Formats: sequence, structure tokens, C-alpha cells
Amino acid sequence: MADEGTRTPAEDQAAAKPVSPALRLRYLVPVFLFVALAAALGVQLLTGEPGKVPSALIDKPVPAFSLPAVQGFEEAGGFETAHLGQGEIALVNVFASWCGPCRVEHPLLMALAEAGTVPIYGINYKDTPADAERWLGRLGNPYARMGADVDGRAGIEWGVYGVPETFVVDGAGRIRHRHVGVLTPQDLDETILPLIEDLRG
Amino acid sequence: MIAEIGHYALVLALAMTLVQAVAPPLGARLGDGALMALARPAAAAQFLFISAALACLMHAFVVSDFSVVTVADNSHSAKPLLYKFTGTWGNHEGSMLLWVWILAVYGALVAAFGRNLPPRFRAWVLAVQAFVGLGFLVFILATSNPFLRLDPAPFDGRDLNPLLQDPGLAFHPPLLYLGYVGLSTAFSFAVAALIEGRVNAAWARWVRPWTLLSWCALTAGIALGSWWAYYELGWGGYWFWDPVENASFMPWLMATALLHSSIVAEKRDSLKSWTVLLAILGFSLSLLGTFLVRSGVLTSVHSFASDPARGVYILVFLVVVIGGSLTLYAWRAPGMRAGGSFRPLSREGSLLANNLLLAVGCATVFIGTLYPLVLDALAGQKVSVGPPFFESTFVPLMIPLLLMMAAGPLMAWKRAGPGAVLPRLAVPLVCAAAVAAAVAARSGGPWGAVLGMALAGWVAAGVLTELAERIRLFRVPLGESARRLAGLPRAAWAMSIAHLGVAVLVVGTVGAGNWAGEREQVMRPGDSVALAGYDFQLLDIGDVPGPNYLARQGRVRVSDGGEEIALLLPERRHYPVQDTWTTEAAIHTTWLADLYVVVGEDAPGGGTAVRIHHNPLVPWIWIGALVMVAGGAVSLTDRRHRVGAPTRRRAVPATATATAGD
Repeated sequence: MADEGTRTPAEDQAAAKPVSPALRLRYLVPVFLFVALAAALGVQLLTGEPGKVPSALIDKPVPAFSLPAVQGFEEAGGFETAHLGQGEIALVNVFASWCGPCRVEHPLLMALAEAGTVPIYGINYKDTPADAERWLGRLGNPYARMGADVDGRAGIEWGVYGVPETFVVDGAGRIRHRHVGVLTPQDLDETILPLIEDLRG
Repeated sequence: MIAEIGHYALVLALAMTLVQAVAPPLGARLGDGALMALARPAAAAQFLFISAALACLMHAFVVSDFSVVTVADNSHSAKPLLYKFTGTWGNHEGSMLLWVWILAVYGALVAAFGRNLPPRFRAWVLAVQAFVGLGFLVFILATSNPFLRLDPAPFDGRDLNPLLQDPGLAFHPPLLYLGYVGLSTAFSFAVAALIEGRVNAAWARWVRPWTLLSWCALTAGIALGSWWAYYELGWGGYWFWDPVENASFMPWLMATALLHSSIVAEKRDSLKSWTVLLAILGFSLSLLGTFLVRSGVLTSVHSFASDPARGVYILVFLVVVIGGSLTLYAWRAPGMRAGGSFRPLSREGSLLANNLLLAVGCATVFIGTLYPLVLDALAGQKVSVGPPFFESTFVPLMIPLLLMMAAGPLMAWKRAGPGAVLPRLAVPLVCAAAVAAAVAARSGGPWGAVLGMALAGWVAAGVLTELAERIRLFRVPLGESARRLAGLPRAAWAMSIAHLGVAVLVVGTVGAGNWAGEREQVMRPGDSVALAGYDFQLLDIGDVPGPNYLARQGRVRVSDGGEEIALLLPERRHYPVQDTWTTEAAIHTTWLADLYVVVGEDAPGGGTAVRIHHNPLVPWIWIGALVMVAGGAVSLTDRRHRVGAPTRRRAVPATATATAGD
């Protein structure tokens, strides 16, 4: 082991075979990935402006979907495409019992439902039926109609990134606005409600 | 005055890290032995100064010195002494200090026990270690000084988050950091090896005990955290895939991969550049986790907005450390000579497959964790991809991993013929089938549970088969087998124990995921609820004062067929200082299942909401984790991996061949 201690890097490198550029490039992959990540974080850190998540579905008709009722709320029926675009503006809210942020926005939805400003429809995303039933039983049900999207198929159709998300659908059944994440009173007052007023003209 | 001493000690520690980061590499370049030798006393001094600083902060917490901002913000005079003490690291500034202290502990340990490392190599290892410490100390002193004063001092503090006032969580951070930060040694060894152009079997052996030590601590720390979440959050769940948990889980996955790939590097001189990359990535993920989640930088957009200096500093530091080490890797790794070649079907092949599965698993956790955090930072939106994402991406990857766990150790190095491997797998296969049949007959599914239990049986039987092979059970006389068993190297025992721990853990997670039962009901004193054959009767509910809280305590009698088996005392505590409620679940374990009771709010029409869980096999999760840690600990005691002392191994023939192939 003593001779190892005296061996210089140059000797070790010299012992190695020449390396092809293609092979060298492979070893650069981790750095490139890291630089991309750091750049994404850095740009946002320095500009600091919260951006917007675009949606390919804006101003498009709502996707075709048909969901069965949520367990324990069978008498209200399921939720499908035909329920939207009947001349009435509506909110479509994607929620799940496992989603912490959903719990945060839930009281706001309850208040909105109570005020009767706009009907709210719910898509219960990738949830266990029993959990969803318990969650709604405990916190209340703000939804005019709800569908259970157990396998997340409808979520894919709607282009859901994560939970919660809220869509504004106009009377003709087109998606007019998409909100990703927790709905705050500020979002409601500054964006969503004015938009609904506008749409009602 | 004492706070100022702490502050001053930190500045002195910074000076020591500066010496340690600069002098030894300079010495290595100039061939100056004296300069290189400076690293060791510098590491010791750095450790002493940071210890002094930590002691000063602890003192401020224990005597409730509210003229120190950190103490005023995070402590209270009425808090029990234990939590005053552990509250030292229950906040951002203190936890950063604990972090850098553990880094210094490892630095001092390497300095003390790394006596037999080649001097140039040791100089570089300690310099890299110091460089990381330097970054942290500057960060603490510039943006997160725990010793800042407050004038005038308030009469009392704002108290520690009551959720953290718990013995489980009190010791969770030190243990977790011991694991997290321990990976810094593997990182330093990797960077030093890249600089020195020395990645060989000897290197793999040097780095192994350090990885093992941090892996053990990390495993124990994660298990403790999950146990805490289980009894304190009151949901009956033990793992929530939340960013804080994932931040510790990702380095764990990398460390586990590193432990396995370093075996190949040591025994076969192969997979060397991959092993080095794992050592770098493991610590990089620790750093990312510490900064992004632990310090609360990315969990809330507001912390960015309120103190952009912290964010910018962190980003620059991450770029220097992670980006720098990865660039060094890209530059040096292609020059490494490939070691022994092997066929896909071989011990090396199975270890490589293990590594790929763990790495891909880590990548899925990384995406699922970073994506919501990045979205939050970019768009100010809080979303959750939630357990469904991880259950559909990460969990399926673990199935082939478990299959491999039984098969891999039965394969020969270099090349294993299918004819030699398949017959040995007969016993595990029969065991798995038997377990599957038994579980299906007894519980009737679901099929995922049957598969999970069969996998656990497969792994356990695989471990025992491998042991039986090693001692040539039934092929030589029993006495000879017993002699062989006693003579097995500790490393062999370690692997068997750790893998058995995994099997136990799998049983626990399958039970928790498939057969848990729960009932929630408004109960009045005298009411009974039946669940899973047990009868739960609420006797009464009353107020019980605690040192700094008031508890609503229920008394629940659990009986099985009319016979009382436990009296459970679930509580709901109100902490007036922060006006927060916590739940304290009461748990009775039969070791085959947990009976778990939580009291909730009083119902408007009288009575109290009581939730009762029957969690079959859940205790096995923590038993399994403990067995895994025991496996790691046994491996640490193996002579070949004993911390320090590589020269003593010169007498061991295995070492001679390893170095000869170098």
C-alpha cells in the first residue's frame, strides 16, 4: 500500500487507454442535467415573478368524460361532459382526500357553494372511495355534482398536473380559465369572479 | 456574553476550515508533508470550536435567554427541559448549526481514524470536507446566525411548534443528519480519488465503513421519523411521500446503491466510475434535500421573497459543490481503467441491476418531489402529485428489486450458469408459492397483497437458502456445517440480516396497505365500538393538565371476547402559547397488529369523535428497519471494514490480491 501512496495521478492516467470523445460525452450527462436544473431554479430566483401554467385546453371545449358517482353520494349521480355547457357558467374542481392543499382550499369552496354564486363540479381524482366519502363527510360537500375518477383517466383528459386544480367553464362548454394549486380568496376575487362576471356579460 | 462566545467560536471555526481547505491541497501540490499534515489538527480544532458554539446555543435554550432571537422565536420558559434542550435544532438556524457540527464530527473522525490513508489522499479528503464546511459556516454567519441578539428582550418566547415537542422527533434530526451528513465522507473520498486519479479496490474498501455508518444512521433516522408521523399525526399512516420524507429517502436510496456497487468495486475492481458517481450523487441529494426542504427554503415561496440572499447563496453553493464535483467526474472518470468484466448473469450483473433499479427509483422520487416544489417556486402554485404518483411509479420498481435480492447472492461472480442458479431458486420459489397460497386462502386477497407477501417469503427463503449454501447444509455432516456457520465472515451475516430485515419490512407495508381497518364514530362515555373482533369502550373523557398544555384525555378499554387486554389513553393537547392542538394516538400492539385510538373534537350534539384503527402487521415496518440497521452494524464490525487500520489488513491475503490487481 505504501507504493500506492507515491503513485502520481499522471502515471495512473497514462496507464489508461485513450478515451474516445463519444465516451467522454457520456460522462458529461450528469453535469448537463444538473446545470439545466440549476438554471431553471436560478432564472426564477432572480426574476422572482410567479409565472403562469399554460393550458393547451384554454378556449377549447371540455374533453369527453363520464364519471360514476362518488361512493356515499350515489343519489346525486355521476358527472360527465353533458352536464357542462348547458348555458350555465361553472367551476370544475379537481380534488382528492390524500391532497393536503385541497384541505386548505376546501372552506373557500364551501363558502362559495353556500353563496350560490356559481355551481361547482368536482372530480375526485385517484382517490380511495372510502377515503373520499369520509373526507367529504367530515368537511362537507360543496359540489353540485361529483364524479369519481378512480384511475385518473379523466384527469389525463383534462390535462391535470397535480391536485388541486380548478377550471372555469363557460356556458358553451369551453374551458376559459385554469387555476393550478390552492384557490385563495385573492384568486377568487381578482381573477375567477371577475371572469365569471365578464362571461355573463 | 455566552451567545457572543458562541458567535466568536463559529468565526474561529471558519478560520480553521479555511486553513484545512487551503493548506493540505497546497502541500499535496508542492509535495510539502508539513502543509499536508496541517489538515488533521485543523479538523480537530474545527470540531472543538463548532462544539463550543453548539454548546453555547444549547445553553441559551436551556436557560431561556430570550435576548437571543432564535431562542425567543422558538422556545418558551414553561417548556419541559428536554424540549428546551432539543429545541436547539428545532429551528432553521439551530438545525444548520447541528448540520455543520456533524460535518465537523465526521471530519475529525476521518482525521483521527484515517491515519493509514496515503498522506496525499488524506490531505485531499480533509480539504474537500473542509470546503463543504466552509460553505455552510459562511452561510450560517452571513444569513442564518443563531446568535443574533434582540433588544429589548421579550418576557417570554414564542414556543416551539408543539408537534416537535415529542421525544421521537427530538432525536430524529440528529440521527437523520448523522446519516445525511455522513455521506459527505463518501463524497470527499470520491472527489479526492478523482483528483488523485486513484479509484481502485483499496479506495472502495476505505469508503465502505463511512458509507455503512451513515447508511445505518439514515435508516434509523427515517424509521424514527416515520414512527413519529404514525403516532403523532393521528392518521394511522406511516409514510406520506411528502417532500420532507422524500428528501431523506433519496439519499438513502443512493447510499443503498453505493453500498452494493462498492462491493463490486472492491471485489472485482469493476463499476468503479459508477460507484464514484453514486458517492457524489448521494451527498448532492443530501445537500439538495437539506436546502430545499429542511431549511424551509422551497417549501414556501415566502421565504424566498423575504430573504432572497439565502436563496441566491444556496444556489451558488449547490452549483459550486454539485456542479464542480460532477464536472470533475466528467473530466476524470473516462480515464479510469475498466476492471474485471462480467456476464449479465452473475453476481456483478445482479448488483448492477440492483443499482439501476435503485437509481431509477430515486429518479422517480426526485421528479415527484421536485416537480411540485419547482411549480410552487415558479408559479406560486401549491399542488400535490400525492401517493398515487409514487405508488404507480416507485412501488412497481421494487418488485424486480426484491426478486433480485434472493437470486443475486446465489449467483457466482463473473459468470453464473443458469443451470447452477435455477435449482438453487427452487426453495425460495416453493416458499413464495406456499406463502401466496396461504395468504390467498386466509385473507382472500387483494392480489397485490398476495404478491407482496409472496415476495417477502421469496426474499426470506432466498436469504436462508444462501446461508445454507454457504455452510453446505446437508451436503457435509451437520457438525461441519455448524463450524462453517460459526466461521462465516461478519459481512456475510450482515447481508443476510439486512435482507431479512427488508423481508420483514415488506410484510409490514403490505399489511398496512391492504388490511388496515378503521372506524370513526361520535362516542359518549359508555359507548362501545367493535372492530376486527375487538371491542373498544369509551369509559370517560376528561381534562388532564400537562406542563405547558392542557390535554383532553379519553380512557378507552379494549377487550377481546369480554376480557380486557388494554386500557388506552388517547389525548388531544392544546398548547396555549401557539394556540395549537396536537393529537397523541394511543397504541396497543400485539406485534401482529396495532390497535390505535385517536380522540377528535367534541361533536356539536354531545359526545366526542373517536377514530379507531386496526393496523395489521404495521409494527413489522419498524422491526424490519431495525433489523436492517442491525445488519449494517454487524457489517461495520467486520474486520475487513473496520474503521481505520488498513495497514493491519496487509497480512490478509485478500488485500494482497486486491492491490496487486491495481
